[in-house]
Amino acid sequence: MMSHARLSPRQYMILGLVAVSAPLGDTCLSRGMTNLPAITLAHPGTLIAAVFTPWIAVGIALLIGFFASYLTALSWADLTYVLPATAFGNVIVALLSRYWLQEPISLERWSGIALITLGVGFVAQGPSLTVRPEPAVEVEAAVEQEQAR
Amino acid sequence: MTIPYPAAQPGFWSATAMIAAIVLTSTAGEVLTAAAMKSVGDLDDIRAHSGLKGAIRAVLTCPLFFAGVSFLALAFFSLLFALNHLNLSLVAPASASLTLVTNAIAAKLFLKENVDRRRWTAAVLVCVGVYLLAH
Repeated sequence: MMSHARLSPRQYMILGLVAVSAPLGDTCLSRGMTNLPAITLAHPGTLIAAVFTPWIAVGIALLIGFFASYLTALSWADLTYVLPATAFGNVIVALLSRYWLQEPISLERWSGIALITLGVGFVAQGPSLTVRPEPAVEVEAAVEQEQAR
Repeated sequence: MTIPYPAAQPGFWSATAMIAAIVLTSTAGEVLTAAAMKSVGDLDDIRAHSGLKGAIRAVLTCPLFFAGVSFLALAFFSLLFALNHLNLSLVAPASASLTLVTNAIAAKLFLKENVDRRRWTAAVLVCVGVYLLAH
């Protein structure tokens, strides 16, 4: 059985954060790491120093934000409801790279964007959480308690 | 001077085993984390009653959460290992898209989520979509 309760605007905002923060965090890490000179195992200290460079620090902050919002979303929604939201982040990054960075997108990628959007639309139309019926013993105990009052 | 030469590409079964390791550990991590968060309860409610510290304490005192994070860490190292042997253009789309389907199966089996026709369709659409986008 599934609940038909809709999510609140705040909960939609958390799902939005789940979708946006992970790909943006990865992009910041990638940008930060490519700006740095090659890091070798002989000098592991440079890897620690990399954490404090602006792009990587922002990337880590975004990924911490992603994990916090992902855990929050999982506390009130099903895994199979939250996961498509994380996949939708790929679409956001592809669109940003197309219209902001002016990178070309192949027909294959446009079809990927369309399929993910369609899939997310399918899930978003449905209920967010599976509600299990209370076990019979608990229901009986509750009824007995009510009668004793 | 030694001329670096490309490492031999692993065979079909080795590549399959590496991708399967990522998919399985990642699925176990996601399912355990989801189970942990369901057992903790609504984090928004906990934060409203006990503040941010209370919410963090509720998560960090749940053993299932650590089991989930351990598997997610294993998935990350399996990904690094696979990337050391296989091309990114194979590993990233294959593991990302397959994980969506195995997660739907595991959520139905272990979390008893009601994965109805709508969610199966979405899982397959997003799986193919992620493959096309990441390929």
